Order: sequence, then C-alpha cells, then structure tokens
Amino acid sequence: MEIYEAIILTIITAATPLLLAACGELVAERAGILNLGVEGMMIMGAVGAFAVAFSTGSPYLGIAAGIGAGALASLPFAFLTISMVTNQVATGLALTILGLGLSGMIGDAYIGQPGVKLQPINIQGLSDLPYVGRILFSQDVIVYASIVLLVLVWIFLFKTRAGLSLRAVGDSHSSAHALGVSVRKVRYMAVIFGGACAGLAGAYLSLVYTPQWTEGMTAGRGWIAVVLVVFATWMPGRLLAGAYLFGAVLILQLHAQAAGVNIPSQFLSSLPYLATIIVLVLISRNRTLVKKNSPACLGKPFVPDV
Amino acid sequence: MKRIAKLLAGAAALAAVALAGSAFAASHGKTKIGFIYVGPIGDHGWSYQHNQGRLALEEAFGDKIETNYVENVSEGPDAERTIERLAREGYDMIFTTSFGFMNPTLKVAKKFPDIKFEHATGYKRADNVSTYSSRFYEGRYIIGQIAAKVSETGTAGYIASFPIPEVVRGINAFMLGAQSVNPDFKLKVVWVNTWFDPGKEADAAKALIDQGVDIITQHTDSPAPLQVAAERGIKGFGQASDMIRFAPEAQLTSIVDVWDAYYISRVQAVMDGTWESTDTWGGLDAKMVEMAPYTNLPENVAAEAAVTQESIRSGEFHPFTGPIYKQDGTLLVAEGDIVDDGTLLGMNFYVKGVDGELPN
Repeated sequence: MEIYEAIILTIITAATPLLLAACGELVAERAGILNLGVEGMMIMGAVGAFAVAFSTGSPYLGIAAGIGAGALASLPFAFLTISMVTNQVATGLALTILGLGLSGMIGDAYIGQPGVKLQPINIQGLSDLPYVGRILFSQDVIVYASIVLLVLVWIFLFKTRAGLSLRAVGDSHSSAHALGVSVRKVRYMAVIFGGACAGLAGAYLSLVYTPQWTEGMTAGRGWIAVVLVVFATWMPGRLLAGAYLFGAVLILQLHAQAAGVNIPSQFLSSLPYLATIIVLVLISRNRTLVKKNSPACLGKPFVPDV
Repeated sequence: MKRIAKLLAGAAALAAVALAGSAFAASHGKTKIGFIYVGPIGDHGWSYQHNQGRLALEEAFGDKIETNYVENVSEGPDAERTIERLAREGYDMIFTTSFGFMNPTLKVAKKFPDIKFEHATGYKRADNVSTYSSRFYEGRYIIGQIAAKVSETGTAGYIASFPIPEVVRGINAFMLGAQSVNPDFKLKVVWVNTWFDPGKEADAAKALIDQGVDIITQHTDSPAPLQVAAERGIKGFGQASDMIRFAPEAQLTSIVDVWDAYYISRVQAVMDGTWESTDTWGGLDAKMVEMAPYTNLPENVAAEAAVTQESIRSGEFHPFTGPIYKQDGTLLVAEGDIVDDGTLLGMNFYVKGVDGELPN
C-alpha cells in the first residue's frame, strides 16, 4: 500500500463519525432546534452498538442498536424542548451529561472486553483497482452510508416539499404554523433523525474506529460536530468539506510528527481546529448568504396560539 | 448503591459526593476513605487501576472501612471543591490520583489538618500530605529491550501524551533499553496531547505504522493503539493494565500499575495511628510496577526479559546507569554512575538517539 493511500484511508475513518453526527445536527438545526446533546447521543449509540454486537456477534445488529440508542436518547430532549418548551441549550447540555453518565453505567460490564469489528466490503475486481480501489471500493458500509445520507439530506432539504416545510419551520415557526404545517411534529422528526445519526456515529466509533468500549470514548467528537454545523453555515456541502478537512489536518499532523517534522506538537494538535474554522469562515464570509442560510428560529421556543 | 453513585458521578460529580456522604453519615467507628479520579473508572487504564486498588482495600479490610470515589474530576477549581467536599463529609483519608490535583490537595489539606491526604505523582508534601508514585520507567527499560530484539525494521513508534517529566523519563528508559540491544535503534515519537482519546490514539498508531515502525508502545490510557497493532499484524505493549484480551496475538507484555499493596499499607497505618507524611516511589521491588506475562515472544527473548526484570527488582541493575549522553551529546552520567532521583523526577531532555525535538 502506498503511503498516500494509507493516509487517505485514515482520514476517511477520522472524518466519518464527525460527518454523520453533524449531518443529523444540521437537520435538527434547520428545523430550529439547537441540540447540544450530540456528544451524549453519540456515546449512547457507541455503548448500544458495542453491547449488542458483543452479545450477538453481529456488527450489523450493533449498527441498528446504535441508531436506535441514539434516537431513543433524543426522545426525552425532544419531549422537553418541543412539548414542554424548556430551554434548548440547558436541556441539550443535560442530555450530554446524562448520556455520558448513563453510557458508563450500561457499559460497566463491557470494560476490558474486545469488540466485534465491522469489516470492510470487498467488491470483486473494483477493490483491487490501482490507486483508487482500496479508497473508493473497499470501505465499510457506514462510510458509504455517511456520504449517501449527506446527499439525501441535501436533496431532501432543497429539492423536496417536505424539506421546504422543515426549513420553513426553522426559519419562521409562526408562519409555518399558520400555513398548516405541524411545527411540533416536524421538529420531533428532525430531533429524532439527529439522534439516530449521532447514534450511528457512535456505532462507527465502537465498531470500526476503535472496536472497544471505554467510558467517554467519544472524547469531544460530538462537540466538534456541533461546531462544524455552525461554521458550515447549515450547508451540507460545506459540512462535507469541513469534516474531511478536519480529519485531514488531524491525520497529517500525526504523520508530520512521525516523520520528524520539528513543529511544536501543541501547535500541531490545535491545527485541525484552527484550519477548519479559518477555511469555513473564509468560504462563508458572504454575510447575506450566511443570514439567508441560518435558521432564523434556531433555539427559539414555539408555543402555538390556541 | 455503587451503581447509583456512579450514574450520578456522571450526571453531577458533586451530587454523587453529597449522596455518598448522606448514605455514610449514619456510620460510626469506621475509617472512611475517599478517592478522587481524573478519568472514568472505565478507562481500562490509569483510573481503572486506582479503582482496583480501592477494591483491594474493601477486600482487605471489609467492614472496618468505608470507601467511596468521585470520577471524572477535572484538574482545576473543580478538584479543590470536590476534595473539600469530601473533607467536610468526614473522610479520614483522601487519595487524589492525578498530578494536576497537587495544589488543590495541599490547599484543602491546610484547612483540615486532621485528615490524611495522599497525592499520586506529585512532589509537594505537608504534615498531612504524602506523595506516592511508581517507577514505571523500570518496565519501560524492559520493553525497550524486547522491542529492539523483535523489531525487524529497527524502529519503534511511541505514542506520548504530554511532555511532562514522567512521560519523557519513560521515553528515555525505553530508548536506553533498546540501545542496550541495538545501539542504532530508532524511535519515532508522536505527541497526541491527551491522556485519553481512543480515536486519536488509534490514528497516531496508524500514522506510525504507515511510516514504517513495526513496534508500537504508548503512554496514553486506552487499548486502542494496541488494537491497531494487532489489526496491522505488528507487535505492541499494553499500558497501565494487562490488555492481552484486546490483542491476544500482538501484546508482548504490559506495564501494570498496582496500587493494592501501597493502599493497604497506608490505610493500615491510619488505623494504627502510625501514619506519617512520606514520599514513596516504588517500582518492581515494591510490587507497585508489575509486568504482564511475556507472550508472543521467542522463548529466549522472554527469558532474557525475565532476567532483566529480576536484576532491576533486586536492585542489582538500574535502568539509568551510565554512560548516558543527552540528545545534544553532552554527558549526563559517566560509566557506572546512576542518574539521581532528582534528575529523574525533573527530566526534561531526551537521551542521545531519540529523534526529533522535545516540545516544551
């Protein structure tokens, strides 16, 4: 394997969980719900996926469990913020704390147990193609799913009527309500979708990235996903660019260190954050466009007039 | 009870302490021992091993003591609040198990002169504050020797956390061990600037392997690097606990932190009223450092590792025995001399042969 192939393969692994979680958060935020519980939902997905894959031996059941656990974790948040109209920021933070604690309790039995690894798909003929075979045609199913999901989200948001309704709910819930759109229903769906995506991201961590369960193994990736959504100005294409850029800089700085490049490691460690923020701010510097894209009702409570 | 306390420790560390405090308030005559952990007890590394020590206490003393812990306490103002809360709850003895808890521990200890404090890996003491640590570098010398014997490329990869003396000392000990076998041995060091991030640790391992190392060792807390080594078909070493189950065919051995004996002796001292402020830095001899079984090795290499281990344990050999040169070529200690503990504790330079610059 050539070194560039190895590097690109690692970048894909690093970027996929960020992309998945951010993709779900983007939909929730487009519907006007700021969910800061991504980290909590992601780790619930990680522990759920690990537990089921470990007990059944099937990583695919594990993936399903991860998605389910993430979606389930988002339900109390959805109920509190949408039906009970609680503060979204505080409730989201509570969800993160709850997820980290609860996953530790559930995962207690799995500490020190080796996990089940989800194997990559090999496509006869294509996987052996020179230069691109291993990169394009020898990934695991979640990597392909992350790209397909992002494209589907883009089509849904900008090319379908339902997507238009969802964006309307996020931009002006009162107008959407007046037009007969069920604001609460749309928001419930968006939050649960966000939870499912975060759960899938968690499943990727505990089944592919590092097939093991250790408490707190998300290590802040949920927060990076939240930040990516904002800096990508709620645009799926930019999200893809942001997640892969972050992954690329992260991996390249490790390679630079291994190759003996003499740059202070503390600076190199902060480089993925700096580079991603700078690039996304630069491509999003058109203020009118940013304004047009940011959901105007993001984080605002909705109480229908009866 | 434990499970509930653990859940709340995640939900709100302080709430957990309050809960534990009220639950134990009814007890009399028992020695109450509190532990503060920097990470989750489920990290299968540093905090996990300290918690094993706590469990050993419960096993050893049974009804005579009560123990409790607070996990995930960040190093900073939170630490001081948490330690003080435990002190107010009437604990007789408090173990604070991370370097960053040093100043908070001393501050609280000043206010509670009757409570005995034990701080791990620090260097500041008081009348009621002891310090303790392990000579992990002894194990690192042994694994360095093993690495040089089994590596085909003559290059190992080292995943390091933060450039503090403890970690730098480990890198140097590993390198000295390796050089005792192969003077031209090469070491690639990658700093990840975290103690615990399985994903990033795995990424670092992959980067090192892609650049041609065929041995992976780490000074971070998760089993992820070893798992990557197993997946790529190369060898590696566990860290803090025996990680053989994560890499049955890749782990050569593991440097295991064992706190049981120390914790039992210190608690016994409190119960006997003989506790004094001390500084303990034990290694293989004190059974504070142990080596997991030597596996996946040629018989002679395993046997030689056991010989090195025994000679360090018996005090016959010290890993930092001269001649040792610093990276810049200046002489650290002459032939036959041993680097003193003060230099070891403040080690902020690489020995000769380590590539790259030490970040400050």
